[in-house]
Amino acid sequence: MNLALLLLSSNTLVHLSAVDLVIIVFYFALVLGIGFYLKGQANTGEDFFMAGREMTAWVAGLAFLSANLGSLELMGWAGNSYKYGILAAHWYWIGAIPSMLFLALVMMPFYYVCKTHSVPGYLKLRFGVGAQAISSVSFALMTLLMSGINMYAMAVVMRVVLGWDLNFSILISSLTVAAYVALGGLRSAIFNEVLQFFLIWAGALLIPILGLIEAGGWSGLQARILQNLTEQHAANPGSYTHLWSTLGNFNANPMGINWAGIVFGLGAVIAMGYWTTDFLVVQRVLAAKDLRSAELAPIIGAAFKMCVPFIVILPGLLGLALLRDPQGQLLRLVPADLAWSPAGQAQGLHGYDEVLPLMLARYCGPGLLGLGITALIAGFMSGMAGNVSAFTTVWTYDIYGALINKNASDESKVKMGRWVTIIGVVISIGTAYLVMKQQSIMDYVQSLFSFFIAPLFGTVLLGMLWKRATPAGGWTGLLAGTLSSVGMYAWVKLDPNAVRYVALSMDAQDQAQNMFRALWCCLICIIVTFVVSMLTKPKPDSELKDVVYGLTPIPKAENVGWLHSPYFWGVVVFVIFIVLQIIFW
Amino acid sequence: MKSGGSLSIWFFTGLCLGVTGALIFATGIYELISPPATKVVLYELHANVWWGAVLLVTGLFFGIHFSPANERKRMSGKS
Repeated sequence: MNLALLLLSSNTLVHLSAVDLVIIVFYFALVLGIGFYLKGQANTGEDFFMAGREMTAWVAGLAFLSANLGSLELMGWAGNSYKYGILAAHWYWIGAIPSMLFLALVMMPFYYVCKTHSVPGYLKLRFGVGAQAISSVSFALMTLLMSGINMYAMAVVMRVVLGWDLNFSILISSLTVAAYVALGGLRSAIFNEVLQFFLIWAGALLIPILGLIEAGGWSGLQARILQNLTEQHAANPGSYTHLWSTLGNFNANPMGINWAGIVFGLGAVIAMGYWTTDFLVVQRVLAAKDLRSAELAPIIGAAFKMCVPFIVILPGLLGLALLRDPQGQLLRLVPADLAWSPAGQAQGLHGYDEVLPLMLARYCGPGLLGLGITALIAGFMSGMAGNVSAFTTVWTYDIYGALINKNASDESKVKMGRWVTIIGVVISIGTAYLVMKQQSIMDYVQSLFSFFIAPLFGTVLLGMLWKRATPAGGWTGLLAGTLSSVGMYAWVKLDPNAVRYVALSMDAQDQAQNMFRALWCCLICIIVTFVVSMLTKPKPDSELKDVVYGLTPIPKAENVGWLHSPYFWGVVVFVIFIVLQIIFW
Repeated sequence: MKSGGSLSIWFFTGLCLGVTGALIFATGIYELISPPATKVVLYELHANVWWGAVLLVTGLFFGIHFSPANERKRMSGKS
């Protein structure tokens, strides 16, 4: 098909100029060039799957953050901040910072000292093959689905924003990701994640800067939002710019959630589960060159994570305050299914998730637009590559190496890794087309992901901190937590009135349900693990060395000054986090 | 951080930011000379000129500081 025909369309959000296309093509060439350059440094299993465990704290920290900072995340949360106001920032602050610090200072030493290749690998050391099998199979399935969803989401965004053909976007992105991950392994994925980190900031930072100038600063922004929402008769218009003061009741804020759901459901369970046990992000830190770098990496990631609302949440709020249609009337964004329906398209409606591209088109002319679009593409591809590289490691070590061929040599594992990367991308393409046919899968997969993460956190936490936890307790707790989460989800789907029991209020909306479901299933996991462990025989202490607190000699910190101490920087990040909560209370 | 041959990730970052910044800066200068018919909001701030310059300078810093020649010098200084 003619490239020009694919790239040009009259009915698109933005139109690219020649310089924009040059920037995009340069990015693709650079990414592939890095893959070819690093091919020679991915010859052993340690090189291919763990990037040689030689990353500095900065590289591991930025990759750790970037693995999570995909475009699905950026555009989705910018859309959520348009929909829910500044409450969306909780997912970047209480929903990330405490858990990232917990990973750095409490859990990282165990992961690092036991030299595991993966989180399921840790579960094998601690609880045996049963817990490893549940965790690795569910994780492998989820990564492939998420990779396909990233691919599909990118194709849809490129069609809406640029008018690109869906098949063209899927083909180009999948070939590029398959090439650079299969060639350079995790090292190549990490290099591109660091590159993506800079591109995202370079491409997105102008929006809040110019937006705040146009709105008249933060106070001007607050006043415009209040005025616009009051004109539209929105409920609680004043709550869109307050972080905590409206969380006393479920019906006092646009998210339909209360403080307990945010603190316990999001902060204590979902965030802890995601940032400490999701191998996609933890793998980046395991590639650090020493323990101090592995501890510092999540702290560096946390410091930058605190700033992300500036380029994600603020553009959403600016959209709420500033976006107007060509007639000068206030532009009201709508849910994606309505915006993308034939009727919505005919009326020229835009979905919540389009707020970031809309703001990009508002301020960015030729060149800057190309950079912004490149940042989005980089984010999508990085999301795919992160999932594919994590899948490759878990498949090779925790499924192939642990269950299929226990005597596989290092060389055969690398060969397997390269092939599985390509197979993983091919399956992801299949998933992308499956989602295209059945878009509701996307919603289900997001929920499925949360089914596994919350109980996994309970299992890993007890495994690390309580030596009495037994293998039977570990895997039955994990299974019970996962099944109870699925059960609660199905219960509310079948009987919407059940929300009063699951989320404690009939006013609770989707996000509140997710938070409370995660809290209950984590508690069920912990209780079942405790009860079954007390009824079964524990492992002897000698078998728990290096995997349980109290039986693991943590290497003494190098003789570094306080300026290089992870604890010092952890405290600094935590204090800034508290100050931000007070400022935006 | 080097991690893989003589070229560090920071060199690639510098290359990416430098080339992109140069293209954006050049486009901004061209728009100063020949203003476009359709202008973005706050066009008068000429964001592509100063933002392109910021990226170009940042890219040059990374590209030069972590260039293969400087990396070799650092390595020989360490040994």
